[in-house]
Order: sequence, then C-alpha cells, then structure tokens
Amino acid sequence: MRELRGIGASPGGAAGPVYRLAPPPALPPLVEAVDPGAEKATVRAAVLAVAADLTRRADTALDVTAAEVLRAQVMMAQDETLIDAADIAIDGGADAPHAITDVLAGHRAAFEAAGGYLAERVSDLDDLRDRLVAACLGLPMPGVPDPGHPYLLIARDLAPADTAGLEPGLVLGLITAEGGPTSHTAILARTLGIPAVVRCPGILDVTDGALASLDGTSGVVVAGVSAETVTTVNADRLAEIERRARSRGPGRTADGHPIALLANIGSARDLTGEVEGVGLFRTELLYLDRSDPPSHEEQVTAYRDVFAALPGSKIVVRTLDAGADKPLPFLRLADEPNPALGIRGLRVARQTPSVLTTQLAAIAAAAAATDADVWVMAPMVATAAEAAAFTESCREHGLPTAGVMIEVPAAALCASQVLCHADFLSVGTNDLSQYTFAADRMCGDLADLLDPWQPALIALLASCAAAGVEAGKPVGVCGESAADPDFALVLAGLGITSLSMAPRSIPAVRESLAAHTLDECRRIAEAVLAAPSPEAARAAAAGASPQLRSGVGVPVR
Amino acid sequence: MPTRTVLVGSASGLHARPAALFVAEAAKQPVLVTIRSGDKKPVPARSMLAVLSLGAKKGTEVTLEADGDGAQAAVDTLADLLERDLDAVDA
Repeated sequence: MRELRGIGASPGGAAGPVYRLAPPPALPPLVEAVDPGAEKATVRAAVLAVAADLTRRADTALDVTAAEVLRAQVMMAQDETLIDAADIAIDGGADAPHAITDVLAGHRAAFEAAGGYLAERVSDLDDLRDRLVAACLGLPMPGVPDPGHPYLLIARDLAPADTAGLEPGLVLGLITAEGGPTSHTAILARTLGIPAVVRCPGILDVTDGALASLDGTSGVVVAGVSAETVTTVNADRLAEIERRARSRGPGRTADGHPIALLANIGSARDLTGEVEGVGLFRTELLYLDRSDPPSHEEQVTAYRDVFAALPGSKIVVRTLDAGADKPLPFLRLADEPNPALGIRGLRVARQTPSVLTTQLAAIAAAAAATDADVWVMAPMVATAAEAAAFTESCREHGLPTAGVMIEVPAAALCASQVLCHADFLSVGTNDLSQYTFAADRMCGDLADLLDPWQPALIALLASCAAAGVEAGKPVGVCGESAADPDFALVLAGLGITSLSMAPRSIPAVRESLAAHTLDECRRIAEAVLAAPSPEAARAAAAGASPQLRSGVGVPVR
Repeated sequence: MPTRTVLVGSASGLHARPAALFVAEAAKQPVLVTIRSGDKKPVPARSMLAVLSLGAKKGTEVTLEADGDGAQAAVDTLADLLERDLDAVDA
C-alpha cells in the first residue's frame, strides 16, 4: 500500500481498478523500405477497428450531440477516398501511420480554410487521426478507456473533449496528476457527482488495473488496496448517496435560519431532482458553435423551458459571459494578449450593445409567459457605474430584479456603492480568486493560490456579505466554493444569503448547514477570518466546530 | 453526361447532419456521382471527408455530375436533397 497526496476536488470516497486516459500516439520515425502490401492491409484493419469502436461508442452515448459527432467520425473513417489516398501515399513510400496522417492533414487544411463551423470540427479530424494511428501501431485507443466494468479514471489532466462521454455509473472516481480545484476536471466531477482528487502526480506511476482508493474531501489516494477495501469504500459511498437522496427541503441552519440552496445550470436538462431555485443560469450554451447570434424567438423558447420547469421559484439568469477566452464568432472580438483581462462579460456590450438588449428583451418575454421569479445579473462588473447602467437597462426591459456578479476585486471592494444600484450580488468565487491572486484558473501549478480558504478571498467575501446586510439586500455565492460543505458554514456565518452549486452537491451542503446553528456558523466565520493561511483557516474552522467532519488535518498540498 | 447545378438549401450549409444525410444517399446510388463547388476539382459525393472539405455554406452553388445507367436519376435525387433544408428534417 502506498499513500499519495493530491487536492480533494469533488467530495466522496471511491475505490476500484485504475485505468488511464491514453495520450494521443506520437508518430514514430518513418519506416524505411516498407512492404506496400502489408502497410495497405494495416490501414484497412485500422479503419475497420476504429469504425467499429466509434460505432459502438455512438450507440451507447447518452448525449445526442456526442452521438452525432461520433457517427460523423465513423463516416469519415469509412470514407473510401481515405483508403484510396492512403494507398497512393504508401505506393509513394509512406508507412501506414504516415499515410493516414498525411491524407488527413490535407482535409484538416481544407477544414481550417473553410472557417466557421468546419474549423471548429478540426478536433474531430485530429481525434480520428490519433485513433487510426494508434490502431496502426497497436497502441491503446486514445481517450477515455472502456474496460467494461466500473473503474477509477486516471489522467495527466482532462480536457472537455475527453469527458464528453464520461458515464458516472462506470467511472467511480477521477484522479489527475495536474489541474486544480477550479479546473475543468473538478467542475465536471462535481457536476456529475463523481469523487475526484486533482494534483496528485504520483498517480501516473500506478499501473492500469491496480486497485486504489481515493478520498475526494481530504485528497488522499491509496494505491494497492485490497479487494475488501474496494468493496467497503464503495458500499459506504452508496449508503451516503442513498442517505442524501432522502434529504429534502430548503436549506437552513439547525436553528432554522434560511440559506437558499440553488442550482447552477446551463439548460433545463441540468435540472435534476428537487431544487429551491436556480442561482446561476449560464446562457452561453445557446450561443456556442454558431456563426450568428440566436434570434429573439430562439432565446425566448430556451429561457421559457427553464422558467416553466420551476414555477414560482427564483431563477437567476446570467447574461452572456463571452470573451476572447470563450470566443463567439459573431462577436468578432479581436485576439487579445490577455483575454481574461479583456473584453469579456458585460464589457462586450461596450462594442456590441445589441447582444445584451436582445437578450434582456428575450428574458423579459420568457419571464412574462411563466410565473417563475426571474432575476437577472451581469458578469464581469467592475464599477458602480457599470452596475447602474446594467440595472437601468434591465428595468427598461421590464425586469424588476437586477443584480451583478462580483468577480472583479474592484467591485468587491466597492460592494456598498454597487449595491446602491444593484438589487443583489452574486459572488463568483472562481473568477474572484483568479483576479484577486493574479492566478490563472487553469494553471494547476498555482492551485494553492486558488484555494477558497485563502484569507484574502474570505476577506473580500466578508466585505460583500457585510455590504448586503447593511443594505438589506441578498448576497449569494455561486462559485465552486459554495459546494464545499465546510466552507458553506463559513459563508453562512459571514452573512451570505444563498449558495448556488451543481445540483448534485446540494444534499451534502444541506446536511452540513442543518448540523450547525447560525451562531455556530458565525463563530466559525470569525475564527476563519482571523487565520493567516488556508491551512490555519481550515484548522480554525475545525476548532470552532467539534462536529466539523473534514476540516481536521487536510493540508492543501 | 447528366449534370445539375443547385444552391445548398440547408441552414448550416453542407456540414454536420446535412452532409451525413447527403453522403449516405450518394452511397446508395448505382453510379458514382461527383460534386464540385466553383472551379474546384470535382470530388466523389459519397466521400464524407471530401464533401465536408468543400466548405459549402447555405446558398453556395454546387454542381453534381454522373455517368452511366441511372445517372440522371441519381443526379436528380441528390440535387433535390441538396436544395432542401436538411437541418429541418427530424432525426
């Protein structure tokens, strides 16, 4: 048995055999003096194997869009011209992997030249090439493994494309060598309710098939556990899931003080189970992968789907959060050297005001057609003047409750002035961490700076909460930190009024709040505010609350 | 040789689902049909890679051509398909 340490990224325990996400194959040096007949046979065998594998994946994919992409890849793999062109390349002296790479490179260039939708599909071609080359070389298929039974997925890091077909029933847990608590892996794991540990470099030395266990709260990974341990860990996890599935009702402390527990969603599809409301409805999904902005009617339909699903509930809609880091072709944003610091979020309205006004009109129309309590907020607000302009625009469109997100330290520092105009605040702790610590969210090497228990972040949260209490206006949190059952106590104690998170994270936070009175939460928050480091803050929280489960001895690194 | 020139009718262009439907239909034809756009080289209509690489958008003029028994019917079938908005077809 060997104990490895990482950062807990999605709570819960899991155990099982580990299988790694195979990296794309490296193209070996060209083989001299190839036997053309053998190379041609290799190409044909690779095409058959890859097409069969992709077809099987398409048939079992849960997501309709993912299945369509896979079927299109099957048609490309089975394309006769691919084999014909590869044969010509082989007759010209290439071996099978080089022939395939060369032929697909030609199509890749055509896709890129066509621009728009096709340029975005270049990654599908690259994936197809990697699969065909791996098949030629007898290497494992790149991408998510499919051992045919439940397992722990291990990887250097996971990109969105790797995880499109990830099945929670099959992937018991995730362990990555890189990444951080706000990286894609962590967010995905929380969304799917899969326990995860990130930043655990030792995991790459563990061989495929070896048994391991992970604790997604403490970040501890044990390699070489017994089969009995695997059974126990997974049985405990199942019991925990079942117990939480039975927990119901609105969020409140042990003495009945309400803390609304809301869902972060991207579309009506993300609404699973009962929720009190939606604290963050991301509207980007509607705008992705298209060359023209969605029409008024199209937007009204998409918003109405969500509003109608939660009659009478509060739903906070975030207006389009795009920028050079999340580019949308129709905005024609220039390339920027520092996209995170450029034209993004509400700032897009400086150049293209119509995108925002069209969206507000559509939200208002959808709100009028349903009886949901629709709130609207803008991302990336930095000043009180921006908040004033946004709220005024919302009121002109007949949207009565308008607020802003607090992601920029400038806005957090002036929270009182911002609240002179805004009806509420919602703190996005992921971006607020990134901008407060000047540390890129995607930079795993800086993960310690992005820890929500950092004193500077907690101080900014405290000043936002205090401004809300003073103004008598709600202040919520919608970053990943709201999903941490322990940190939720700190937030409640600071005066935060709602917590928004992936729906699956709600039961654990509900349990944690229900086990503490508001006074206990306040004592925890006071102790944490006085702590000089994340480690000290966790220890202070544990010291202030004997029943706090996971705060003890959980160093971040 | 039977030839038809039509404008691509699908909202998303000859990409994604429209391309998949078109290529699948072309593969069913008894003769080899080619498709070209502008002065580019004609490519086999049953090749997914080649059809996508045309980069044809909604309203792009494309020319279909075939030879042999059943060529006229094949060209007509595929031309009619191209003119429709295949994004609007139910899956």
